[in-house]
Amino acid sequence: MILKRIKIIPVLFLLPSLLFLGVFVYIPLIQNFYNSFFDFSVFSQSKEFVGFKHFIELFNDKVIVIALINNIKYAVISVIFQVFFALVLASILEDRLFRKFAPALRVIYFIPVMVSISVIALLFSFIYNPQMGLLNSFLELIHLEELAKPWLGNAETAIYSVIAMSQWQSIGFITMLFIVAIQKIPKELYEAAEIDGAGKVRNFFSITVPQVKETMFVNVLITVTGSILVFNEPYILTNGGPGVSSMTLSVHMYQLGFFKDNMGYASAVATLIFMLSAIFAITQIRISGTGKDD
Amino acid sequence: MTLVNVDKSVSAVKESPFSKFKSRWKAKLTVSGGLIYLGLLLFAFIILYPLYWMFISSFKSYDEIYNNVWSLPQVWHFENYTTAWSKGISSYFVNSLFVTISTIILVVLIGSMAAFVLSRYRTKWIDIALIFMIGGLMMNPQVALIPLFEILSWANLINTHWALILSYVAFRLPLTIILIRAFFLSVPKELEESAIIDGCSEIGIYLRIYLPLSIPILITAVVLTAYFAWNEFMFATVFIDSTDLKTIPSGLMSFKDALRTDWGVLLAGMVIATIPMIILLIVLQKYLVRGLSEGSVKG
Repeated sequence: MILKRIKIIPVLFLLPSLLFLGVFVYIPLIQNFYNSFFDFSVFSQSKEFVGFKHFIELFNDKVIVIALINNIKYAVISVIFQVFFALVLASILEDRLFRKFAPALRVIYFIPVMVSISVIALLFSFIYNPQMGLLNSFLELIHLEELAKPWLGNAETAIYSVIAMSQWQSIGFITMLFIVAIQKIPKELYEAAEIDGAGKVRNFFSITVPQVKETMFVNVLITVTGSILVFNEPYILTNGGPGVSSMTLSVHMYQLGFFKDNMGYASAVATLIFMLSAIFAITQIRISGTGKDD
Repeated sequence: MTLVNVDKSVSAVKESPFSKFKSRWKAKLTVSGGLIYLGLLLFAFIILYPLYWMFISSFKSYDEIYNNVWSLPQVWHFENYTTAWSKGISSYFVNSLFVTISTIILVVLIGSMAAFVLSRYRTKWIDIALIFMIGGLMMNPQVALIPLFEILSWANLINTHWALILSYVAFRLPLTIILIRAFFLSVPKELEESAIIDGCSEIGIYLRIYLPLSIPILITAVVLTAYFAWNEFMFATVFIDSTDLKTIPSGLMSFKDALRTDWGVLLAGMVIATIPMIILLIVLQKYLVRGLSEGSVKG
């Protein structure tokens, strides 16, 4: 009797989670692979098997190359600003010199993280606006009018403008992760270094960096994965334009599927995105030891 | 005179190990420290100014936003807020509230139940279940977009709030389960042993011991889920077509299209959409930071 009860409860308690993950996470994943081998439209139920056609298409699609390059630019710039700059920022904020103002600054830097991406993107469309935009008006104010341009309407600057907005929003997030990691470093390490007369820069490189190495690695992974998946920012600000100059893989996938009604090929692009991001996600899960017992 | 001297020497002795460093720091503060301060303040300004501008401009008319970008409003158009609220933001707000609260309830309930089992039992099957849950972290909404659209259409759920709620719950469960399970593992075994002796059932142990002891981590899970569900954009845009059902992130886009150049009202809508999350940040900062750093997954 007791044995039976113990066996039923775990099943009952696990079932809802297993169902949710099965139906809305794992089945879509499998179905996406399956869909990649078919031609179909949003509106019709019938699917036509086309074999590897869509995967071959991937290699001949020039937009994929542009998108991939943009995703890589996103990743590189984000790692520089969100990981390296954020680490420096976090260690400055944790220095006792700035103890008085650090709590307030921490909250200020974190505010954009809380703001919805659609609000931020709309706000930055005001900042980048070619006529009344804050950025161009500011350049005019400091007599650098010649630098003013239609930031989002120019194929050269569009993707960088989108990336810049992401940095503005996300630096505070990574900084906070580093602050938590730095607070876990034993204070004795710094005290010992002080007695040895080590300077702050030296402390940063010989104590802080080695001690937060793991967090740093995780943060690089988060940032790179985020850059491979990035959808909201380019979709709202430029929708991949002008032309396809600020296209990213996810925006390309969305447009192929829901605007060009080429669901099969869009699924193949999604498969590519999955493969790229899964490599980083698996590494992250392994490193952070999620699910370990301690 | 002598007393003062003694006093001084006492304080000097007290400070002696550090006084040297202190004075050196003071010297540094004047040069590099000052520059760093300036940098920190400049960065704070870059973060805050656009938000300040959004707030101030939300009281302006279109002409003023266009012609006097920097100035304060000459006439404060408080009615921008009532216009924004009545022209659509109120329904987006209510929709967001419904979707967010439903998601929170389901995620925390279902997630804590699974975490309870996953933390208390060790069998081969439980291990497989745990890997199944953690594996969910690998998946991302972008890849699931098209198949989910198919599944939800097939179930006739497209263009309903359930399309969002069910997808949000599924994608938040892995992280929530991991967070809560890690906390449950630290619950002392003696407590449940005595409960079993007292005749407490499994469900009783879950309800009376594990849940009450885990309030902090449950709040963290609530805050993280709220943050995700309130701000989620892609599913909200693709799965919901009818303006009446849209949540704030996707609703703001149709709001913008409908208003055309009524920028003051649009900005007022943006401010309204932002306020709940800023309140969340200020009130529950501790839980939010803890969750974000333990979860380490971008929203």
